[in-house]
Amino acid sequence: MQKIYSKIESIVGNVITVRASGVKNGELGLVSYKGGQSMANVIKLDDDVVSLQVFSGAQGISTGDQVRFLGVPMQVSYSDNLLGRVFDGTGSPRDNGPAMKTNLIEIGGPAVNPAKRIIPRNMIRTGLPMIDLFNTLVESQKLPIFSVSGEPYNELLARIAIQAEVDLIILGGMGLKYDDYLFFRDTLEESGAMSRTIMFIHTASDPTVECLLVPDMALAVAERFALDGKKVLVLLTDMTNFADAMKEMAITMDQVPSNRGYPGDLYSSLASRYEKAVDFEGAGSVTILGVTTMPGDDVTHPVPDNTGYITEGQYYLKGGRIEPFGSLSRLKQQVNAHTRDDHRALMDGMIKLYASYKESLEKRSMGFMMTEWDEKLLKYGDLFERKMMDLSVNIPLEAALDLGWEILADCFDPADTGLRTDLIRARWPKAIE
Amino acid sequence: MAKSMGRVKGVNGNMVTVEFDSAIAKNEVGFIQVGDERLKGEVIRIRGNEAALQVFEMTGGVAVGDQVEFTSEMLSVELGPGLLQQIYDGLQNPLPELAAQCGFFLQRGVYLKPIPDNEWQFTPVAKKGDVLSAGDTFATVIEGLFTHQIMVPFDLVDGPWTVASIKKAGTYHVRDTICSVQNERGVKHDLSMVFTWPVKQAIKLYEERLRPTETLVTKIRTIDTFLPVAKGGTYCTPGPFGAGKTVLQHLTSRNADVDIVIIAACGERAGEVVEVLKEFPELIDPRTGRSLMERTIIICNTSSMPVASREASVYTAVTIAEYYRQMGLDILLLADSTSRWAQAMREMSGRLEEIPGEEAFPAYLESRIAEFYERAGKVRLKDGRTGSVTIGGTVSPAGGNFEEPVTQATLKVVGAFHGLSRERSDARKYPAIDPLTSWSKYSGVIDAKRVEEARSIVFAANEINQMMKVVGEEGTSVADYVTYQKGELVDAFYLQQNSFDPVDASVPVERQRYIFDRLYEMLQANLRFEEKSEVRAFFYQLRQNFLDWNNTAFLDDEFKAIEAKITDLIATKERRVG
Repeated sequence: MQKIYSKIESIVGNVITVRASGVKNGELGLVSYKGGQSMANVIKLDDDVVSLQVFSGAQGISTGDQVRFLGVPMQVSYSDNLLGRVFDGTGSPRDNGPAMKTNLIEIGGPAVNPAKRIIPRNMIRTGLPMIDLFNTLVESQKLPIFSVSGEPYNELLARIAIQAEVDLIILGGMGLKYDDYLFFRDTLEESGAMSRTIMFIHTASDPTVECLLVPDMALAVAERFALDGKKVLVLLTDMTNFADAMKEMAITMDQVPSNRGYPGDLYSSLASRYEKAVDFEGAGSVTILGVTTMPGDDVTHPVPDNTGYITEGQYYLKGGRIEPFGSLSRLKQQVNAHTRDDHRALMDGMIKLYASYKESLEKRSMGFMMTEWDEKLLKYGDLFERKMMDLSVNIPLEAALDLGWEILADCFDPADTGLRTDLIRARWPKAIE
Repeated sequence: MAKSMGRVKGVNGNMVTVEFDSAIAKNEVGFIQVGDERLKGEVIRIRGNEAALQVFEMTGGVAVGDQVEFTSEMLSVELGPGLLQQIYDGLQNPLPELAAQCGFFLQRGVYLKPIPDNEWQFTPVAKKGDVLSAGDTFATVIEGLFTHQIMVPFDLVDGPWTVASIKKAGTYHVRDTICSVQNERGVKHDLSMVFTWPVKQAIKLYEERLRPTETLVTKIRTIDTFLPVAKGGTYCTPGPFGAGKTVLQHLTSRNADVDIVIIAACGERAGEVVEVLKEFPELIDPRTGRSLMERTIIICNTSSMPVASREASVYTAVTIAEYYRQMGLDILLLADSTSRWAQAMREMSGRLEEIPGEEAFPAYLESRIAEFYERAGKVRLKDGRTGSVTIGGTVSPAGGNFEEPVTQATLKVVGAFHGLSRERSDARKYPAIDPLTSWSKYSGVIDAKRVEEARSIVFAANEINQMMKVVGEEGTSVADYVTYQKGELVDAFYLQQNSFDPVDASVPVERQRYIFDRLYEMLQANLRFEEKSEVRAFFYQLRQNFLDWNNTAFLDDEFKAIEAKITDLIATKERRVG
């Protein structure tokens, strides 16, 4: 029988302290108060003063309420029964289903030994040409989607969740608007993808501490499924909210802020989550796509900036499209040599032409005369944006490559494209004079 | 001195407060007993009978009252034959062996022997009765490419030591006693091939430090010619993410003209280290014809590994570098990234509740960075040979802005600055070292006066380019336009280098001298043009030829053919004198 402590010494923000002995760092406590019960975890020990952060927030907790220590760290249940279910940041059901209490695993486990990692080798097909063709997503990659509030990043994630060729989707929502949560749930249910999805959702109205737990919960479960041979894709939205939750906690704990109020360990905290992406030799893999909204569209803001140093490239979502400039999958070179012989050449060629189209656009807006070449580019740019960049396009890579050739042939003569002659001979969809 | 014991009084992240019973030293190592795990930590502050222990592992499960055992030893590394080719974490734990024992994950509290239990073919150099002091060689073994000297442990300073006995030539286990020494006071030591040395203490067993005057050839043109690095010197490579810092370091680690390369992957992506781990054993070192891995040591403490051992990892790396320097070898230490190391210091400082400096970095940030880079150097050893440690560190400034504490503190103490710019990497100009802002205080492989002239053309071209943006091409004189094109040519042909091309990826000094001479002649040539379109057409053609030239093997027929084409092309526009 565990001892019950019934004198809370201090309540600051979401952190309470009690005097207790024999408590371990990281251990869970159960706080009973008028509003019900809440879990809390030990974040600091100072002699017999134990600091706990209360998951449901410290609102309404009185100094006379009870704390009972459970002797175990934060855990999450892991089994196939999780599929199709929705949980909150503490692992309690959000969907009126049964609570999961069996087969518990610890969250925030140790890092993978770098000596056991392998060079990434498999692409993940998403059906989105802007990803598959131009910036291929690779198994075990960690990629953020840099965006600004108002952009359809959640729509994009939902599409990827539906279309991506993986065994399992784990969605971690942090600070989601309730509408967005419902959107995810309904969209995935309608498409039938819910049966291969597990959701850990923290909405904007839920307590901040739960937000901090979401990535760890999602990634701990993902890691376990990967060890069991599953190809897991973890979608996290929005990591900026996660960073802001960390900021809030750090300030509550009187930590000295380093940059715009964020704690000094922002980089390490983000990295330890993103680095959970891994390809286990002989088993499955974890791939991470996370949304990072950039306050004020500023990429030098601490959250996108630190993220950029951690991840293997980034997708820029701007104006409802994945921007070809600035977006980069650092690992695409590992896989796009083995897809189809024209993949790399077409990828480079089409982007170069699209860049020229942008120049022509600029010239036109400044009132310059449009040459015949400019007209070709303008037609090309329009087709490219409608047929390739639109987020609703869902075609396999091969079809996207064929479509690419069609667009080129619609707009240009073979020699205009700058592509290799042998490729043009083999792939040009029209007769070549 | 009896070992001190203690008990845990408080836990805050990876800082544990310990109440101890008898004397302990700063930087002494202690182990916390948590269940059946022992967690390693280092004493970083002592107040009264309470010590702050920086723990190198995650501290989940640590409770007040847990036993702490101090070792009365400072945080140290093992030194001896068998270090080469190893992959260590920041505390010198061999990662492949750890993987064999613990599987996919880094299990905490498992510390393996850093030096593998091998046998070595041992050749004594000293004989019974010889008088030695700390750092003197008493035997050698052959470790791959090198003659590894077995030295009297560096901490045996109460010498001189007389050899009481030494084993005959033969094969011995690395931890066997192979030699016994005794000093005048009768103190005796049994020596094996392995000893330890505290990582935060520089090894100073040399006659004198020399000025770093010899160029360290990296086979990267823009570095060797314009922004050279010297053996025994220091340099830093700051740049925003995606500018190619790590790629540049990997290229350097492959091609650098040194004996041993130590890569300290400090707080960066694990995937990048994996590339090195998997590629290096396959790559052939052109200098030796052997696998590159044979001259490489990797210290790997990636971003998701515990922060405190990240702090230790750069010291581990530099200590191993200094050890090999004592054998008269040239070592290059590449640290990626020193910002992550500085951040580790910041985290710890925050937990110690120290008064923060700029951006919450501790006030001692600058002195720590200076201390670290000052461990580089070229030295003359007691036997007259020289050895060197060169340190190159990347810096990851927040937001790509160099006006931040780590970059600024680093710039104060390094001899060369290779600043990478977002503009150049966006324009796919690699290496993205900015020729306008970077500098070096070392001498390169080409006559400094000529390099300065070439550089001044790059500067002039940049100014003209800025002006052209305002006044347009129309408002620029032909002469200025020619200068601008010359500058662009230097950039495209000489400063940029294609690391994917088998020829262009590494350019030996001889070739650099040869092609720089041609380029220099071109820059000096007195060219005559009527109008700008003519200038543009000429330089486009010239640039194409020069670029093709970069992809041909040195002095083969095609190389000479292109050279002739360039000479002819220039002659068509050259103003005859007289």
